Amino acid sequence: MSTLEQMYQQVIMDHAREAHGRGLIEITAAGTGESHQLNTTCGDEVTLRVGVDGDTVSAIAWEGQGCSISQASISVLSELLEGESLETADATVEAFRALMQAKGEHLDDETEDLLGDATAFVGVGKYPARIKCALLGWMAFRDALIQARGAQSAAVEGGQA
Amino acid sequence: MLPDLRDDFPLLARTVRNGRSLVYLDSGATAQKPLVVLEAEDRFYREHNGAVARGAHILAEEATEAFESAREDVARLVGAPAEEIVWTPGATAALNLVANGMLQASLGAGGPAADRFRVGPGDRIVITEVEHHANLIPWQQLAARTGAELAWIPVDDAGVMVLDDLASVITGNTRVVAFTHASNVTGVVSDVATITARAREVGALTVLDGCQSVPHLPVNVADLGVDFLAFSGHKMLGPTGIGALWGRSDLLNALPPSQFGGSAITVVTMETTGFLDAPQRFEPGTQPVAQAVGMGAAARYLMGLGMDRVAEHEARIARILREGAAALPGVRLLGPVGGDGTAVLGLAAVVVEGVHAHDVGQVLDDRGITARVGHHCAQPFHRRLGLTGSTRASAHVYTTEDDAHAFIEALAGVREFFGVTV
Repeated sequence: MSTLEQMYQQVIMDHAREAHGRGLIEITAAGTGESHQLNTTCGDEVTLRVGVDGDTVSAIAWEGQGCSISQASISVLSELLEGESLETADATVEAFRALMQAKGEHLDDETEDLLGDATAFVGVGKYPARIKCALLGWMAFRDALIQARGAQSAAVEGGQA
Repeated sequence: MLPDLRDDFPLLARTVRNGRSLVYLDSGATAQKPLVVLEAEDRFYREHNGAVARGAHILAEEATEAFESAREDVARLVGAPAEEIVWTPGATAALNLVANGMLQASLGAGGPAADRFRVGPGDRIVITEVEHHANLIPWQQLAARTGAELAWIPVDDAGVMVLDDLASVITGNTRVVAFTHASNVTGVVSDVATITARAREVGALTVLDGCQSVPHLPVNVADLGVDFLAFSGHKMLGPTGIGALWGRSDLLNALPPSQFGGSAITVVTMETTGFLDAPQRFEPGTQPVAQAVGMGAAARYLMGLGMDRVAEHEARIARILREGAAALPGVRLLGPVGGDGTAVLGLAAVVVEGVHAHDVGQVLDDRGITARVGHHCAQPFHRRLGLTGSTRASAHVYTTEDDAHAFIEALAGVREFFGVTV
């Protein structure tokens, strides 16, 4: 498999064509957050919403435009993390960042289990210019999740007062 | 016809991903350097490095001589007297020098001589919709800071400037018209004569962005009839970090400087400073001397080839790139094909339907083809065409017909690679 085919694995092509979670619907949850991220080198962008209920990422919705790597990455993320615990979501975000820094090398089995389909992005690590594309949605998710958690805590405290 | 020049450019001999030979098609972004340029810079540091225009020792003399003779070479390339060439760190800096000089004048600097540079509420600054950000943002910011109005010459759906209604854009209150000599996206050469004639009718200054023209076409400032011309060294086979501003000497001597420091002055007291005449008034501090020497060598190399022959060579490459791209199904060429009286540079920016520019670029890269992807620093122009980006192949003197064919062949396979059929 060429390095090009390693990057554009079938699972990435499939997600790029039929993206999961696309459509910026309203989210109702104990805490919600929204983040807009822009890749200034190419103008690609994503707006992503996250809902948190207790210890769970209860909903993810997004709208974006960009290359197949960025769009597929957001799609994989939303399929992977919706319904997961906050702890797993945090660990998965960190694992994906580690994968991007791995210069095309695979990570240990435990980390790759966590990443599931997102492991397919391993080839992107060989192309420094494309790492930003793959990370775009993940950065939006991380940012939105911080807000959603904050909103949930604020609502809980407000309720107690 | 130009001979095969690839042996003059050492970098072109290297291999890229998977040992493939390099097909360099990103000269519009930055050009590769011939040996004569590399050697001129190297020789300067090895043999002549010293402080320019300072000190009485032999190295200072030789460095000054090298620096000033490079200025003469660059001046000759654009048909100007040497004292009308100002060294700048690049074309962006050259355009900012004019815009910032106008801002200084608008703040009151320069006395009565600087009146023609003053702008404020009720005045108009005109640019065009095809501009590179380097010739857009300085004027947009000048307008914002002075209260002048920014207006622009529009483009049609094909991305070509619309000059039919020029009088309604370049109005009587227009003080300056800044426009590109040739688009870095469509490659279309602007109708300088028409725009300049209208600007002159209303007494507006004209500033031409020559980044894409000076390296590729015969350019003569006297024929162009503009007031200022900015161009960069690295796009014309010279080093990075150096560029030039040409301006009519009466204008340069009246334009207030906006960068201050040593060397550019006559008498300095604790309260006041007298500035030298151009070009020195705009060259404070230690200049990029070796880079200027390299740019001079690049100018000599281009003049040695003959700019007519350079233009003819690139027109041939343009035909292969543009006709080839236009004939591919599912590929949109930005701008007209050219060759029918429309002058275009040796470049082609394309959109592959259903495939993002980054993905196109990656497939090309896998074949050793280096093209530019994205908005090419022309966001408003891409937005006007309903796009966020495109993929651009751009040529220079060393580009071969095989390079151009390789681009078209690789482009033809992109949609299949991504499984796009509609």
